[in-house]
Order: sequence, then structure tokens, then C-alpha cells
Amino acid sequence: MSKFNRRSLIKGLAASGIAFPVMSALQGCSAQPSKNTKPHVVVIGGGFGGATVAKYIKRFDRNIDVTLIEPKTEYMTCPGSNWYLAGLIDVKSLTHNYEALKTKHNVKVIHQIATDINAAAKSVTLDNGEVLNYDRLVVSPGIDFIYDQIEGYSEEVAEIFPHAWQAGPQTHLLAKQIQEMPQGGKFLMVAPPNPYRCAPGPYERISMVAAYFKEHNPTATIMILDPKKKFSKQALFYQGWQDLYGQMIEWYGAQDGATVTKIDVESKTAYSDFDEITADVINIIPAQKAGKIAFKAGLTNETGWCPVDQDTFESTIQKDVYVVGDSSIAGAMPKSGHSASSQGKMCAAAVVSSLNNLPMPETRNVNTCYSLISKDWGISIVGVYENRENRISGIKGAGGVSPMGMTQQERKMEADYARGWYKSITMDVWGS
Amino acid sequence: MKIRNITLVGAIVGLFIAAPVQAEQQQMKPISKAELWATTCFQCHGAEGQSAGGAIPPLAGYPADIMAQQLKAIKAGTRPSTIMKRHLMGYSDADIDAIATYLGSLKP
Ligand SMILES: Cc1cc2nc3c(=O)[nH]c(=O)nc-3n(C[C@H](O)[C@H](O)[C@H](O)COP(=O)(O)OP(=O)(O)OC[C@H]3O[C@@H](n4cnc5c(N)ncnc54)[C@H](O)[C@@H]3O)c2cc1C
Ligand code: HEC
Repeated sequence: MSKFNRRSLIKGLAASGIAFPVMSALQGCSAQPSKNTKPHVVVIGGGFGGATVAKYIKRFDRNIDVTLIEPKTEYMTCPGSNWYLAGLIDVKSLTHNYEALKTKHNVKVIHQIATDINAAAKSVTLDNGEVLNYDRLVVSPGIDFIYDQIEGYSEEVAEIFPHAWQAGPQTHLLAKQIQEMPQGGKFLMVAPPNPYRCAPGPYERISMVAAYFKEHNPTATIMILDPKKKFSKQALFYQGWQDLYGQMIEWYGAQDGATVTKIDVESKTAYSDFDEITADVINIIPAQKAGKIAFKAGLTNETGWCPVDQDTFESTIQKDVYVVGDSSIAGAMPKSGHSASSQGKMCAAAVVSSLNNLPMPETRNVNTCYSLISKDWGISIVGVYENRENRISGIKGAGGVSPMGMTQQERKMEADYARGWYKSITMDVWGS
Repeated sequence: MKIRNITLVGAIVGLFIAAPVQAEQQQMKPISKAELWATTCFQCHGAEGQSAGGAIPPLAGYPADIMAQQLKAIKAGTRPSTIMKRHLMGYSDADIDAIATYLGSLKP
């Protein structure tokens, strides 16, 4: 029986004019009740999390149909967007498309917005009215912003004081403002409260803005008003800032009363207990929550993020719906592209295992965030994670930050590896 | 007569078809822990261990025993590294052997 070739049997029968009953026989013995004999997975969001899930489901089992929903035909990454502000790279090198996912990995890509999820009917509605049925749904919509924590701030004001925390037009706007800032002017960052995407991101941005000013606007000053008491890789950033940018950068945290509560657009002033600060360019990075569709589909809890199984990333609220990336509550893992892609692989394995009635392998997630303090000075933070007592937890003894007092050569190596990381992860997610 | 024939053919075909379909499904082995964990190495070392053109060396085609040896030396701190040691402290020596064996099987 094992010698029987399915395709030639069908071909032979088709030649004898009885193809139709063959088809119905095929469907009759299929385990899936849907019209389609292959299981169908829909993935919402083609960023670091979603694009990884789509590709890796096909990698683990090409007999599963995968449809990726993403409105953009070109995805500009946040990673590297700070390097762009310093003029180290161009936009083209930060932009990726979905051609390889379509042609090399046979993922069906639909450039639409998912407007609704019906978990009971197992269907997703798109902007154009189309309704897609799924056997499993994966949601990776990234973040949305909380605008009402600062008086006077709003989605409209973000077009004047850009956050540039989703790469694209906002990044261009911020770059333009930095370039056009008067000589000796002041750049103010209002940093976000935890949890937000990319813990070291604001401070890498400060480094890159300082690198730009050092070259083009050497008397400019930079201030950070932060609602936090401390931040990621703080000692390493401080060392770099002091060495490279002298007195240019000032940071004030919660302990200084630097939590900004009010903003005035007209006078470009930020109010906090610390002081009233007026600046030429203001970069407000607001508080964050899960992407809109996660709220609409009832996938979030009181924290504003999505609780998930700490191995499979299946929602603990909706069956057969999985959430990865920034929107998910992934234990001790920070919200990053590296985390989202690692989670995407664990989730892809979970979905494939479940559709094939196979056991799920043990999971091990990883995170790495490289930051550039200058073109030739890189630093990094690492975490390796296991599921301990139902929470994704850092493995003791593993991970940590780059050591203080690295040699110049080691700093340069980490900067080169940061660029190498970018090439590799974007190749892994959107490339070949 | 005609109808009976078709039903019969359908039933026979059903038998033949069902078996290979099931066989195919059973052929899909559980995804191994080594493979799943190794896929996270690609984020720095390039998809499927292939070079992405950056400074981090590709891993495909690396002999498994040499890779395992190097990784254990990095983990022990006898081979210098900027970041690999911090990663490898999260894996047992047995995990390292299994991952190296999987990566060693990838075509360069
Ligand atoms: C300045 C900055 C620097 C950063 N640097 C790094 C770094 O160096 N390293 C690192 O690891 N991480 C970094 N990050 C973090 C990283 O960008 C995010 O953590 C990562 O993008 C999260 O992936 P995701 O899949 O959750 O979301 P995203 O990558 O944002 O993808 C979400 C996608 O979903 C789509 N989408 C949303 N809603 C819908 C819908 N309803 N229907 C269809 N599609 C939808 C969006 O269009 C988007 O493409 C940085 C972030 C910033 C802001
Ligand atoms: C965050 C990026 C990153 C991740 C993730 C990563 N590596 Fe590395 N790897 C590097 C860098 C950078 C080097 C160069 C040595 C150093 O400075 O740490 C390296 C070196 C190596 C080397 C030595 C290569 C040589 O020729 O000297 C091997 C082998 C290796 N890694 C295997 C792995 C394996 C296996 C994994 C997954 C478990 C992995 N790496 C995950 C960045 C990474």
C-alpha cells in the first residue's frame, strides 16, 4: 500500500473519467470539516512577530495554508530607525517587502486591515468586507498609544511632536525637525513609562541624536524627562554619553519629579514637578498598549496587553487564537523585535504541533537588544528564557549586559555585530 | 449498475487514498527541541545558517563536533566572545550538542 503514489492514482482515475468521485472520496476521509482539505492559519500583522510566524509555519509544515494580513506593502523597521536619525544609514536599508514570503515560502499575503475577529465563528473580517475562515489565528499587531496620560497631548499633537515609535512618516518628520533645529537649540525627549516596546530604544535614540548634533550642531543641548527611576543599560549609556558627548545630554527621572503631566503646543513647553521646560524639538514617546485589533477582539486584560499561554502563546481568553510580539504578555521578556521573532517561532511550532496532533517541543525564548552609542560603539543586552511555573522567566546565570570598560576594539565589534544582527534578523523574517 | 460502480470505485479509492494521507500525517515527526531552539540562532547568524552578509559568521555546514567544542569553550570562557557566552549560559552541554548536531546537518 505504501508504494501507492497518491498523485498517479488520481491521474489514472481522472483519465478513466471518474475524477469526481475521487475528489469526494478525498474530502470524505479528510479530518478537516472545512471545504479546504488543508488546515488554514490566518496571521494578522506582518511585523517581526507575524511575518516570522507565517514563514515558520510553512517551514515546519508546508501542508498548512497560511494567509498573512498586513496593510502595508513595505514594512519599515523600528530597529535601525535611530541609526537613520544620525545619518548612518538610508531608509531603503530599513525597508522590507513581502515578495520572498509569497514566492519562496508560499504564504498568501493580503494587503488589508483586519477589522474584526469572530472567535466563535472562527473568522476574520477585512477592510474590504472579505471574510476569512481559520482553523488557527495568530495576532501580532504591535502597539497602540495611550494619548490621555499627558494633558494637552493627542494623536493630532503627535503630528507636531512626533513619537517616531512606529517607523514610517513619523520617523521622517522627527529626522527633519532634528536637521532643521536652530544652532544651539534644545532637543527634549519625554520618555515613556514601562512597559513599552524596546526598553533601550529611547536612550539609543538620544545617543544617535547626539551623534548628529556633534557633527552638525555642536552647541545644541539634549534633555530627557523620564517617568522612570532608571532605564535599560543605564551605566553603559552614561559612560558613552560622557566620553563622546560631554555635557550635551541631561537626564532627569521620577526621583527628580520629571514625570511630564502637561504639554503646551503653542509655547513648546513640557510641565512636570521638576521644571517647566521649553525646547525647539520635542519628541514625546507616549505610554503604550496592545494593538487596536487585540482590544476589538477581546484579547486584552486589565493591563491593556494580551495574556497568553507561556509556551504556545495561545490566548488564555480565546481558544485557537494566539498572540505574539509586543501585544502579548510574555513573562519577563522585554518587548522587542528579537523577542517577537523568537516568540513567533515557538508559536509556529505550537500551531503546527496542534494541527498535526503532535506533542509541542519544550520552548526556549531569547532576546537580544543591541544599541549604538555611536557608529563605532555598540552595547548589548541578552536574555535566555524558559517557562518556569507558568511564567516565561530568565534563566539564572545567562544573559545580562555588555561589561563596563570594554576596549575600543570590543565596542567596535559590538557595533559591527549590531549591524550584522540587523541583516540577519531581517533576512530571517522577510528575506530568503 | 453505473452508480454502484462509482460508489465501489469511490470506496476503494477512499481506502487507498486514506492510507497515504494518514501515512503522510504520521510521517510528520514532532518538531525536535534542538531544531526549534536552533532556529533562534538564525536571528543573528542568518536564516538556515546562511550568511546574511553581516559580521556575524554563518553556521550552516559547520562540522557539528567542532561547533560543539567551540561553543563549550565559549561557555567556559576559554574562548573569547562579546555576546555568545551570555547566550550559552542558558543551555546545558547536552543542549549544545543537540543544537550543534542539528545546525551541522544544514547545507552550507
Ligand atoms: C526606535 C525603536 C528602535 C527599536 N530597536 C530595536 C532593536 O534594536 N532590536 C529589537 O529587537 N527591537 C527593537 N525595537 C522594537 C521592535 O520594533 C518591536 O518590538 C517589534 O516591531 C514588535 O513586533 P510586533 O510583530 O509585535 O509588531 P510590529 O513589528 O509593529 O508589527 C505589527 C504589524 O501589524 C500590522 N497591523 C496592526 N494592526 C493590524 C490589523 N488590524 N490588521 C492587519 N495588520 C495589522 C502593522 O501594520 C504592523 O506591520 C525598536 C523599536 C523602536 C520604536
Ligand atoms: C545576539 C546574536 C547571536 C545569537 C542569538 C547567537 N549568536 Fe552565535 N555568535 C554571535 C556573535 C556576535 C559571535 C562572535 C563571537 C562573539 O563575539 O560573541 C558568535 C559566534 C558563534 C560561534 C563561533 C563562530 C566562530 O567561527 O568563531 C558559534 C559556533 C555560534 N555563535 C553559534 C551559535 C548558536 C548555536 C546559537 C543559538 C543557540 C547562536 N550562536 C546564537 C551572535 C549570536
